[in-house]
Amino acid sequence: MGQILITIGEWSIAFLVLFGAVLSVLSTFGLIRLPDVYLRSHAATKTATLGILCVLFAAFLYFILYEGHVSAKLLLGIVFVFITAPVASHLIDRSAYFSGVPMWEKSVQDDLKIAMNQGKHHEELHEPAE
Amino acid sequence: MAFQFVLNLIIAFVWMFLSSEWTFLQFLVGFIIGMLFIYALRRFFNERFYMRRVGAFIYLLLLFLKELVHSSFVVIREILRPELNIHPGIFSLETDLRTDGEITALALLITLTPGTLLLEVSPDKRTLYIHAMDITDKNLLVQQIKGSFEKAIMEVMR
Repeated sequence: MGQILITIGEWSIAFLVLFGAVLSVLSTFGLIRLPDVYLRSHAATKTATLGILCVLFAAFLYFILYEGHVSAKLLLGIVFVFITAPVASHLIDRSAYFSGVPMWEKSVQDDLKIAMNQGKHHEELHEPAE
Repeated sequence: MAFQFVLNLIIAFVWMFLSSEWTFLQFLVGFIIGMLFIYALRRFFNERFYMRRVGAFIYLLLLFLKELVHSSFVVIREILRPELNIHPGIFSLETDLRTDGEITALALLITLTPGTLLLEVSPDKRTLYIHAMDITDKNLLVQQIKGSFEKAIMEVMR
């Protein structure tokens, strides 16, 4: 019984590390391949976040199974990456948009530009009122 | 909400005093007994039974995880395709959520959904501008965001 558990543990650790590494490589391909900032940030956020989570979780499993040590720092790391990565990509995209980085020429629709042209949306409104 | 939780903690401590046995196991037993009491007396509280909110929160976490895995596969499929066949664009979405915390949670979920990224929240916090990787199925995305995400967040926050 114990032997089976250890085998399952080994295989799942190996699978998670490999899967995370492959995901990270693929998201790097995405960074090279996709045409503009916004699409690149799609690849960089989702895929890379999941890759990092997989590798961290595999390390967590390894320490539990082989060292008998519950590493809370790894769990905290997972939570922090999970929460901060999407926010970082949102901020990068937003600052790119407002500093005038163009979208890919085959983009179809731009509702934000329409709203700004109609005067419904101004970036200045976000500044705190004194 | 917080009041029910504090009450539950107090009941657990009273249980530990009664049994004069200061272990985590006794605390757990007291906590479960307190939970049963609060559930039995739930009509005297103004708010819902607080464990239901905890359940809704766990559901939200699982939703996050599922969307993250799903969206990674969607993005990878687009990357590995020999020719790019995507129609990116920005669309606007009216949201029913009002407080900052709810909108932040929705923003996290949107960013981890297949093919969408939150670009901007309008100053009156009513409209979200979302960059979508493939805008041809916009209606589907809107339905998904409005239908499942907003509802799940409201279950937790209200």
